[in-house]
Amino acid sequence: MDFTFVVQSLLNGLLIGGVYSLVAIGLTVIFGVMKIINFAHGALMMLGMYATYWIATLLQLNVYVAIVFVLPLLFLVGVLFQRFLISPIMNAPEHNQLFLTLGVMLFLQNMAVFLWTPDFRVLKTSYANINYYIGDISISLVHVLAFLMALLFSGLLYIILHKTDLGRAIRAASEEPVGAKLMGINIKRIYWITFGIGSACAGVAGTAITPFFPIYPYVGDIFVLTAYVVVVLGGMGSVFGAFVGGLIIGMADSIGAMILPGSMKSVLSFVIFIMILLFRPTGLFGRQNA
Amino acid sequence: MIALFIFILHFWPWVAPNTIHLAIMMFLFAVMGQGWNILGGYAGQASFGHTIFFGTGAYISTVLYIRFGISPWIGILAATLGGIILGIFIGALSFRYGLKGPFFALIMLAFAEIFHMVSLGWGAIGGAEGILIPLAGNAPLKMQFLEKKAFYFIALWMVVGSVYLVWRLERTKTGLYFLACREDHDAAEALGVNTFKAQLIAMALSAGITAMAGTVYAQYLLYIDPNSVFGLLNSVEIMIRPIIGGAGTVLGPLLGSLILTPLAEYSRLILQSYSGVYLMWYGLILVVVIIFLPNGLMGLFKSLHDRYHRRGQ
Repeated sequence: MDFTFVVQSLLNGLLIGGVYSLVAIGLTVIFGVMKIINFAHGALMMLGMYATYWIATLLQLNVYVAIVFVLPLLFLVGVLFQRFLISPIMNAPEHNQLFLTLGVMLFLQNMAVFLWTPDFRVLKTSYANINYYIGDISISLVHVLAFLMALLFSGLLYIILHKTDLGRAIRAASEEPVGAKLMGINIKRIYWITFGIGSACAGVAGTAITPFFPIYPYVGDIFVLTAYVVVVLGGMGSVFGAFVGGLIIGMADSIGAMILPGSMKSVLSFVIFIMILLFRPTGLFGRQNA
Repeated sequence: MIALFIFILHFWPWVAPNTIHLAIMMFLFAVMGQGWNILGGYAGQASFGHTIFFGTGAYISTVLYIRFGISPWIGILAATLGGIILGIFIGALSFRYGLKGPFFALIMLAFAEIFHMVSLGWGAIGGAEGILIPLAGNAPLKMQFLEKKAFYFIALWMVVGSVYLVWRLERTKTGLYFLACREDHDAAEALGVNTFKAQLIAMALSAGITAMAGTVYAQYLLYIDPNSVFGLLNSVEIMIRPIIGGAGTVLGPLLGSLILTPLAEYSRLILQSYSGVYLMWYGLILVVVIIFLPNGLMGLFKSLHDRYHRRGQ
């Protein structure tokens, strides 16, 4: 195992880690505000990928232009999800909310099987195979673009949450729902928007990986399982934590792939996950009282 | 009357021989559902990775049989014990640190995923190809039978046993402790209930029953592989029945299985090339039930029953 190989793996891990971050940020925003773990998050990402695929193939548009459609589409899906499915059971025992999102996951994934067959689809683009070289280390253009997109949207979301009135309202609703309500914040609307933002993150992450990742109905599972790990690592509800956590797990996965046989590469990140859940459930960056 | 009903059920293989496979699957999943129900329904800790116990049970008895020639009848005991030990291990870790709700759901998911990956990569227990149990003809001592009837009876009596166990459990102090943990963990603790111990007992019972069903499943299908016994999908299959039927009720898992198993099996037959479509129905049913019948079908029956009786007064 020479040095170049290690650096190469870590770099690849870091770049894909950016995508994990974005998926995880979507999850963590939803968890932070509504205390719901959205099992359908991966399915939403899958929808984002299919939407990108169809826009790119049917409308002959550039993949990255598709974001203009995918983002509002997934935002809308998220709002409707919250409005019609989760709102009615906001006060039910929390495991009922988990079951509900699980149901939505099953429905969406298998609806995709039904509509678009379980076959793998690959979006062929002229730039998918462009690589740059620094010494012996190769850097794939589409990976870098995915990473930059993740960075851009995470940053954007961070600014929205911290610099705008909407963001302040969302954070208020997350910290003190009753107090926020008394201050005249329309909590229900905040919940819709938050869920919309969360699923838009999943959708954008889907678009970001479409140029180099096969598209199939269960594709979300891979990313969302990792995203749970990331969310827990970064501290449930912490956007910054999810971002750093994504990069860490991306690299942990590639270290796992170097030292463990193929199918076990993610064992490492799941072990980290269990340790964090047990010994530091607030995550690395979470507030102690969260 | 219940005894009569069970007696009548013994004639199913002769009355409807074509549906015997369906009946076996229905009963096996009802047993696993009942296992899940003890922990998820009564003790209030919804496990999203229950297939870990099912898979462990299936692998323990199968590996013992294939590698060491140990009869599955002894294997099923080892499997049950293995399931209980694993359950106590995970339970001790999780409950010691006070995990509940979504956190417990996630830790179970993570443990199941680890077992899934390890079984995929571990060549000594078959790796990704799984294990094929060689046919031994009619060998009752090796838990293999030429006729499916035998498995029907095993599955039937496992259902009867597990339902009876839970029915009894509801009437014991331990059963009440489970409910106390579910309804208000902190209050139960404050009143002197040892919630850690109660949840651990629930976990052990739950894991043991599910692992036991794993052995029978392996012997019935004579083939196990990591994806089908440790995959996330199987966890869903196990938990969805008690949820639809009514979590925390004695008959919920059986009722759920009565409805969902035929749906799954027939959809698979009819829509072969779209074999995943039955899961779409699962998803839809799950969403509808959670929104409109949060206590499952048994909850619906109970409220109808209550309403009828109130009107009668």
